[in-house]
Amino acid sequence: MSNQNNSNEAAHQPVKRKEMSRRQFLAYTLGGASAFMAMGPVLPMIRFAVDPLLTKESQTSFVKVVEESQVTAEPQEFDFQIHQVDGWYESDPKLTAWISRDEQGNVFALSPVCKHLGCTINWNTQNDNEYHCPCHDAKYTKEGKNLAVAPNPLDEYEVEIRDGFVYLGPVVPNQHV
Amino acid sequence: MFKGIYNWIDERLDITPMWRDVADHEVPEHVNPAHHFSAFVYCFGGLTFFITVIQILSGMFLTMYYVPDIINAYASVDYLQHKVAFGAIVRGMHHWGASLVIVMMFLHTLRVFFTGSYKAPREMNWVVGMLIFFVMLGLGLTGYLLPWDNKAYFATKVTLSIAESVPYLGPYIKTLINGGDIVGAQTLTRFFAIHVFFLPGALLALLGAHFFMIRRQGISGPL
Repeated sequence: MSNQNNSNEAAHQPVKRKEMSRRQFLAYTLGGASAFMAMGPVLPMIRFAVDPLLTKESQTSFVKVVEESQVTAEPQEFDFQIHQVDGWYESDPKLTAWISRDEQGNVFALSPVCKHLGCTINWNTQNDNEYHCPCHDAKYTKEGKNLAVAPNPLDEYEVEIRDGFVYLGPVVPNQHV
Repeated sequence: MFKGIYNWIDERLDITPMWRDVADHEVPEHVNPAHHFSAFVYCFGGLTFFITVIQILSGMFLTMYYVPDIINAYASVDYLQHKVAFGAIVRGMHHWGASLVIVMMFLHTLRVFFTGSYKAPREMNWVVGMLIFFVMLGLGLTGYLLPWDNKAYFATKVTLSIAESVPYLGPYIKTLINGGDIVGAQTLTRFFAIHVFFLPGALLALLGAHFFMIRRQGISGPL
């Protein structure tokens, strides 16, 4: 009986489990352990490098710029200082805004940075009631709509009126045109 | 005396075969300008490497005076350029060499292209060469910001705007390169690190692969 069984087994091999060889097992173990240990120094370095991506953007606070009553339909240039934190370096750079009122009398403030190549625009330098960029003759309407050269309308500052004063916040794309 | 020293080392380490592998090989006639003057086009790769070596050396010396800090960077460049003996020469080498290396690399690429040297079995070397090209452009880009003058600042702003225009990933790429919201203190240190450590490391590894492959496969045959 037993003999027959044995010969039977030889004829129909049972499903053979794919066994991992000792060598393969050691190779995997060693590789896994090495990878794990390599992660020790590598992960901190990667996290270190991408920190700016994961740091929350500093909220730009609103800055008091000018009394609301001084703002006219004609754009006027106003300077103001913001507090800027750049890593370990804090500074108070001066910014400029062209502030005026639209037809409904709402105050809006345009950024003076030309949307063509970033030069500084000026109001009405050619007596045509337009913003004009000295670098490549870009032109914008009073609302900042791009008339020539520039691909986009002028950016504007977010505006808040508090206690009769104009406060300016972060720069956003133009909402008027 | 040098012979004696060499022999003493060679007895112990058997360095002659290694040396032979690196330096002792025949230059085929069709790439030797002494045989055909027009073969000078085969020199552009070597010239690129020669200028690269000068860039590495002059750059190493520049860091003796340069500081990557927004308050002092410009002043330190101004100082090393105008106050330090031969400062104009050393910085001049690095400044002009940066442009020249791009020119030489371009000519080398043209030669490889028009002699068809990129074809099988040398495709991998073409790919590695292209990677070297991008690393070189990266070196030029990051080095441009380091003097921290107006030109550097605005060139970097433009570059970051270009990086930002990449679909979907753009803003993240910009923040990562920028090291923050604005081009400032953290951008300068970041660019310095990339310019001085990361890219040169990548460059040397790629150059090693480039040279290893050309020695293994040999220079492509005559047209």
